[in-house]
Amino acid sequence: MIRAQANLRYWTPSVALEIFAAWVLAIFWVAPLLYAFWAAFHASEFAINFTLFAPLTLDNFREALSQAPFLRYGFNTFVLVTMLLLSQLVICTLAAYAFARYEFAGGNVAFSLVLVQLMIAPEILIVENYGTLANLDLIDTITGIGLPYMASAFGIFLLRQAFKSTPKELEEAARLEGCGAFGVLWRVYIPLARPTYLAYSLVSISHHWNNFLWPLVVSNSVETRPLTVGLGIFGAPESGVDWSIISAATLLSVAPLLIAFLLFQRQFIQSFMHSGIK
Amino acid sequence: MRHVYGWLLLTPAAILLIAFTHFPTLATVYESLFSKGSTIRPSRFTGFSNYESMMEDPVFWKVLTNNFWFAVGTIPLSVGLAIAMALLVNRTLPGRSLLRLAYFTPTILPMIAVANIWLFFYSPDIGLIDQILGSFGIAGHNWLGDPDTVLPAIILMTVWKEAGFFMIFYLAALQHFPEELEEAATLEGASRWYYFRRVVFPLLMPTTLFVLINAVLNSFKLVDHLFVLTKGGPNNASNLLLYYIYENAFSYFDTNYAATLTVVLLVILAVLALAQFFFLDRRIHYR
Repeated sequence: MIRAQANLRYWTPSVALEIFAAWVLAIFWVAPLLYAFWAAFHASEFAINFTLFAPLTLDNFREALSQAPFLRYGFNTFVLVTMLLLSQLVICTLAAYAFARYEFAGGNVAFSLVLVQLMIAPEILIVENYGTLANLDLIDTITGIGLPYMASAFGIFLLRQAFKSTPKELEEAARLEGCGAFGVLWRVYIPLARPTYLAYSLVSISHHWNNFLWPLVVSNSVETRPLTVGLGIFGAPESGVDWSIISAATLLSVAPLLIAFLLFQRQFIQSFMHSGIK
Repeated sequence: MRHVYGWLLLTPAAILLIAFTHFPTLATVYESLFSKGSTIRPSRFTGFSNYESMMEDPVFWKVLTNNFWFAVGTIPLSVGLAIAMALLVNRTLPGRSLLRLAYFTPTILPMIAVANIWLFFYSPDIGLIDQILGSFGIAGHNWLGDPDTVLPAIILMTVWKEAGFFMIFYLAALQHFPEELEEAATLEGASRWYYFRRVVFPLLMPTTLFVLINAVLNSFKLVDHLFVLTKGGPNNASNLLLYYIYENAFSYFDTNYAATLTVVLLVILAVLALAQFFFLDRRIHYR
């Protein structure tokens, strides 16, 4: 009943104004991306000439692909993100399990030391980490780009929370059934933490798909360069590339993630909400 | 036994974290105490002399001031917009999920792609902004080439990129508001502005603190766009601390000075970490 009254207030002028404001803001927010689409699918003479029925073309994409190996860059990014996510899931699961269920000596101190990485991301220590990577002979390798991020404090933190909220009784039941420590982890903790795994994975994928500074420093060949770095080199103003072609290249680089986001937007948005921090 | 198992499970993570976070942090401080080495003169211990030259380095101060204005320009605007967006899409209104999608999409794009798109908006004369201004008879302007407009231009782009990301945290907080809250306020005859000012905004305070700290953190970590838009120029007018560190290490090959600058960045991050620790109750955000 009260709900109905609240809804009656809905169409007051101030509410109508709010809806109007919401849409104006939204148009401003999608305009840059829409513009990139416009430029990419039209010949360059239409880049700033918005004729509604200007002929569509794929030439800009063809040109971008012929000027730089974006497919190879895309493959590199895919390898990087996949390898990184798999290692993160394994490493973080083990560490989180230790923190959540083994009250080992020094555990609290160790946990606060893990959290340090939330503040000091590997790219902040770019100078020293580059030196370390050079000593390991991993410069210009995809492994080298991923290695500093494989132990993720954020992943350990999220999974520890999830494991801690798992009822102890379930573990005891599994123990009675004859499960060992890893059996319990595999059959009880991991299945129950599935939403956390999903959230973490989506955040990790989008973060590393978009990461730039560290991959820029580490990679210097076509075989290792991820999309962001390839695009960064391609789009450099001094390279004198046509505007429409840069737009096409930009769209090529963001397309896989953008499409995944549009298809699974609810999961993406929920994941970012759930995760709290990047 | 559980001590052994605990540490064994932790080992892979511990090795990587020590190798890429803890050790390099200490090594950075150590390196900052040595002079730049060359083939003729090897690097030697010089105490605080790197810090002394840093204090006299006008670019260092310029970069720090830029970082300050970048933060001041970006944060209040993007946080304010984020609250507005969250409130707008939290109610039932036509096309709600489309609106939310529109606000959030920039978050998914890499900064380098965003910079590519905006570069064209800002380019002098042929760029979109100058074209639009031109149709009103206003002369073109080199937005990124003018030291007075380059930082505001970058701030505007960053606000566009970040507001939707911060909106998410406000949406998460608003979802936990009991429905009775607004009904009670309505029954009491409170105006919507009064309700926002006295009820919603104070209740969102923990989220705002959380977002603020992350926003400040981002303002120091976010430099990708500089590679495409300005390379820190003109004349360092848009240079930021992390980009200056990169320049010193990988363009001027002065790793010791880069380490000195990194120590400053680490101190700033440590202060932020303490702020987060003292002001924030983590449970509010992590359930």
